[in-house]
Amino acid sequence: MSAMTRRAGLAAFGVATIAAGVAAWTRKTSSHSNGVDAPRSRMDPRERLQRYHLPNVELVTHEGKKVRFYDDLVKDRKVVINFMYTNCADGTCPITTANLVQVQKLLGNRVGRDIFFYSITLSPDQDTPAVLARYARAYDVGPGWTFLTGAPDHIERLRKALGFAYADPVEDANKTNHVGMVRYGTEPLMIWGAGQGMANPRHLLTIFLWEFDRPLRGKGLRAPVA
Amino acid sequence: MPKFRPSRLSEISRNNRQEIIKARLSRRELFRMGLITSSGYLVHKSGLSAWADGGCNPGECRPGCSPPTIPFVDPITFPPLLPERNPAVDPAFTFSPPRAVPNRATNPATGIPFEGRTQVHQFRDRFPPQQFFATRMRPNFNATFSDDPRNLARIGKNLIWGFNRGDAAASDVAVSPGPLIAPRYGRPIVIRRFNELSFDTRGFGVPEVSTHTHNFHSGPDSDGGPCDPTTGGESTDPFKQGRFFFIGQFYDYFETMARAGFDTPQFTATNGDIRETLTTLWYHDHRVEHTAENVYKGLVGNEFIFNDFDTGDETTGFRLPSFFPYPAFDLPLVLTDKLFTPDGELCFDTFGLDGLVGDKFLVNGKLQPFMEVKRRRYRFRVLDGGPSRFYELFLTNPDNLNQRIPYTAITTTDGNLLDDPIQVQSVRLAVAERADIIIDFDQIFRATGARTIRLENRLEQVNGRAPTDKILPAGDGDFLMEFRIAGNTPAPDASLSPAQMIANARAAGKECTFAPICTPPRPTDNAAAKEDRIRVTRTFRFERRNGQWAINQQFADCTRFRFTIERNTAERWIIQNNSGGWQHPIHIHLEEFQMVRRNNKLIRRGDIEFGRKDVARLGFNEEIELLFRFRDFRGGWPMHCHNTIHEDHAMLLLFQVADEGDKNRTP
Repeated sequence: MSAMTRRAGLAAFGVATIAAGVAAWTRKTSSHSNGVDAPRSRMDPRERLQRYHLPNVELVTHEGKKVRFYDDLVKDRKVVINFMYTNCADGTCPITTANLVQVQKLLGNRVGRDIFFYSITLSPDQDTPAVLARYARAYDVGPGWTFLTGAPDHIERLRKALGFAYADPVEDANKTNHVGMVRYGTEPLMIWGAGQGMANPRHLLTIFLWEFDRPLRGKGLRAPVA
Repeated sequence: MPKFRPSRLSEISRNNRQEIIKARLSRRELFRMGLITSSGYLVHKSGLSAWADGGCNPGECRPGCSPPTIPFVDPITFPPLLPERNPAVDPAFTFSPPRAVPNRATNPATGIPFEGRTQVHQFRDRFPPQQFFATRMRPNFNATFSDDPRNLARIGKNLIWGFNRGDAAASDVAVSPGPLIAPRYGRPIVIRRFNELSFDTRGFGVPEVSTHTHNFHSGPDSDGGPCDPTTGGESTDPFKQGRFFFIGQFYDYFETMARAGFDTPQFTATNGDIRETLTTLWYHDHRVEHTAENVYKGLVGNEFIFNDFDTGDETTGFRLPSFFPYPAFDLPLVLTDKLFTPDGELCFDTFGLDGLVGDKFLVNGKLQPFMEVKRRRYRFRVLDGGPSRFYELFLTNPDNLNQRIPYTAITTTDGNLLDDPIQVQSVRLAVAERADIIIDFDQIFRATGARTIRLENRLEQVNGRAPTDKILPAGDGDFLMEFRIAGNTPAPDASLSPAQMIANARAAGKECTFAPICTPPRPTDNAAAKEDRIRVTRTFRFERRNGQWAINQQFADCTRFRFTIERNTAERWIIQNNSGGWQHPIHIHLEEFQMVRRNNKLIRRGDIEFGRKDVARLGFNEEIELLFRFRDFRGGWPMHCHNTIHEDHAMLLLFQVADEGDKNRTP
């Protein structure tokens, strides 16, 4: 089988779809590429996701830097996002943070290079950049993982957009019951998953790598597309 | 597109509705006047619409935002049969002949292995494959849900993912539901599935796949499960991943077409226990973390298995309505609900955790279709294709809502033959459950005079968490499709009526109507044979902690098996739901179970849940007792919630079956 030619290998498959996969990765947006004959022009799906789920709100990093959530943190990136607060005593945040520290160590120097971690505080009033920086140091958080605070209404908008809110308002108002999921995704591919923050860190590593290491982008279908 | 404040508009719309209600027009009359759709949304007329232009924002994806559509204008369609192929000459096989050992050679065209499988097919030497099939998962950018120009103007062509009939040519387009697979016991099969999807997803879907044959007794190599630590699950090398496979790869699935028990002393000679015959199965994608969106996008299809008794021919065996020549009188009905953006694009909320309920109802991929039927009996294999909706299925005469129109269930709610057919007014289906029903349109016509009968879901469900369990009045539910009874005289029908089948079996002194496929004896604590003896009772509590699903307070873990079952033994499982706000259809791979009791109430013969099942519908605060035999295969499988959004987030555990098991009671 190793003598199989490239042509023969491709012949077994639909070649066009393979090329399309690579193209989608490199394109800024994926609209108007597929001949969808909509009755009216439909919204670009990447733009739709940005609009409803990845708002470009202004936030402040634990290093005191002002950033825009979509433009500066998420766009064109592979990201891992969770919500926490530094005086969270219910067990969720400490375990999740400790878990993600483990995952970060297992990922080595990739965090900050091609994978970015973000933890957003649910207590923006208490969790100033200085408090978040102290928290990060206490947990031995490495580079490439940014803690974020900001105006409460920005945080609230982000929390709802990213799917960290409950439908039931009473349940949702109870901060100690906050959603402990970890959102992860590849923004340009429009793929978003959610792991359990309190799961085994090796499990989290596994599902993250399944997302971030797909072979299509690697040595597999490496044909460059302009 | 103009944008209005949704709250104000819906208020106007609400007021309009109130005025209409004051004018004593019922929903039904509104429906007839064309002012309300069957989904309950007011049709787009000036000042009357909850939708209107801008009631929802452009691109918004939530119930109530799909464009209005006109029901019962499209004829129902049925998926094609998946054709058999000759692997000696067919190009889908000649480049890599189908073998028990996976083809892990690197494909020079892709740089990754030809085949996504990493495990050897178990028991393949004993059951050499006799039938070969191929199918290709492909995007279809030109799918339509209705071909009526009025509906097309609002919901035009869309991207779906589906399965094709196996040809490499682009003209063999993918459809959803995919081609129907109709194998027969005693003739083992290989299905080669190619992944030819793309990353051009238009916003949801992950083009890495694992196709699960739901309910088949499969080894882990062919089960199509979500993840498995023994196939490189913990590895950082994606090339070792064996469970889901990538664009440019294929995966050979092997089905022994032998019944469970074939490797136990009792049933080796007969290649399994005939009472474990499986009937109505389905296949669907099971990509870990992304099952819901991939199935919703269309990666779903039917598999019906025939045998010497359920023959597919109404003149032989049990004489159930004929399947052959397909499509005849034994047909699939795949129920799904969908959401569309106001501009008519199929959408899915990949950021939601609760579950997704659609406001558009599809049967076999068409919006509320109609079907012209003859005056005779039909067998329908009804599937709740999810992602989150439960159904309570009634037949309704739209012109006389007070009429009660019974039909007959011949299988449990997981598509395995009951001991005796039962007459029902309705059947409840949770996600992934199937019911085989017989509808006698001649009898209905004679009893009611109706030419039009609708399949109606009367179970109220307003979010993805669970149904409310409230049964709506006839006509107030959602009409899924319309049957139009044709003919002035009864049509030829060689099938037997359910009553006749029961009478014949009794007269012949048979143990059950569908003998020899009667419900097997339940395992007991003191049975002589190892595979009949309950070795351990395990309890599983399904919980939620900080918005995260847990089973016995533990979270999903693809890197380890939670417990080990001893091969060829029986177990008792108690599953519990401690929530009054959520319901979970719990599905266990590998083996079927028998449900002994629900909330301390014994399940008795005559109950639709008495028999073999693979999904336990776990209602509010319920506890269910299940009995299993775990036979034949070794390896790992999952148990998970089949509300696929709950499953992805991640109400799931892995267990393994090995020669030695543990006795962990709360794994």
